[in-house]
Amino acid sequence: MEPKRVVCYLNQFFGQIGGESEANTPPKQFDKPVGPAMGLQQLLPKNCQVVGTVVCGDDYFNEHLDEAGRAIESMLKKLAPDVVVAGPAFNAGRYGMACGAVSKIAHELGIPAVSGMYPENPGVESYRQYAYIIETSNSAAGMRQALPAMAKLTAKILQNEPIGSPREEGYLSRGIRTNIQVDKRGSERAIDMLLKKIAGEDFETEYPIPHFDRVSPADPLQDLSTATIALVTSGGIVPKGNPDRIESSSASKYGKYDISNITSLHSDEFETAHGGYDPVYANESPNRVLPVDVLRELEQEGKIGRLYPYFYATVGNGTSVANAVKYASAIAHELVNEGVHAVVLTST
Amino acid sequence: MGLPVVHICTVTPISLTVGANRIVPAVAIPYPLGNPKLGEVEERGLRRKIVEKALMSLTRPVTDQTVFED
Repeated sequence: MEPKRVVCYLNQFFGQIGGESEANTPPKQFDKPVGPAMGLQQLLPKNCQVVGTVVCGDDYFNEHLDEAGRAIESMLKKLAPDVVVAGPAFNAGRYGMACGAVSKIAHELGIPAVSGMYPENPGVESYRQYAYIIETSNSAAGMRQALPAMAKLTAKILQNEPIGSPREEGYLSRGIRTNIQVDKRGSERAIDMLLKKIAGEDFETEYPIPHFDRVSPADPLQDLSTATIALVTSGGIVPKGNPDRIESSSASKYGKYDISNITSLHSDEFETAHGGYDPVYANESPNRVLPVDVLRELEQEGKIGRLYPYFYATVGNGTSVANAVKYASAIAHELVNEGVHAVVLTST
Repeated sequence: MGLPVVHICTVTPISLTVGANRIVPAVAIPYPLGNPKLGEVEERGLRRKIVEKALMSLTRPVTDQTVFED
């Protein structure tokens, strides 16, 4: 049987080129294991071989993302690994970002990636979805614990064994939800957790609350009667037929829709694309989710300066925080550029 | 600096968790700005009341997350 192929990615230090003075080294390919990759080789099963090590300076990588990425991509294509192992980077930020970016390149080539980082390494936040990142200590003193854990997971992937949950395998959550079969139904599990919580016992949540950032409150409007107000909703209001095909759950996009000639949202022209709540009431009168009728009235009465001629909509149901932040940022930039003064955001 | 935003929503604890700064409570999840049990005129009046409160919140200085209750 052909041996399984592993390629390692290391920075200049672990790749034994040199210290900080060599951090500007462009990507180099070695057709053998180097440094920690030698240790990894010893921990892998016999039919798994480290066929190459790619080494790049941390500064070079982070300052020449495109060039370094392209060079490493072509090295990976030539080496054709079954798994890429990047790092471990511990809490080294630049190295972690490089390991993450290399994992992403591998991911895009259809190659699974394993890395190792301290949870606060910025590489975790930026690239967690592209690799199984084994949780390590914050310094290279943890190499002895990190390598066996990374080798074990690498071997599992190479042998096509099912990969368990982050807790079982010791990797940091990739933010990916998968379906599993369990014996007890949700209500029972929820009550069990609640009882444990009340009793002050340890329990493991099935859905940790993601981290949300905080934004300082914006200054108030000085004068409503001259302000341009925009409507934005996560309630899924779209033109009838949902022309952009916004998904009813885990929306991958938002829409922007013209209401310049609309005085009220009627059921024959608008509807909701949102799953997870009874859509009857929103479909009957979309104003119940997006109050165009009332804002138009207030505009005519001169209470507000102007209703912005477009509204933005996405579906909040199951949409990831990362995507929501992305949509919000795009929408907010556009609204600021268009001279909008304030936003009314509605959610179902 | 920035755009003031008011979040009209029913489940205000979620709004607080995700970090909205100006929050106006709504009626119900499937009809935040309405109530199908009311007549057309009454329902529109209810919607107008909520929107007016939301617009008012945009003119108020806030230093921290604020839920504009009745």
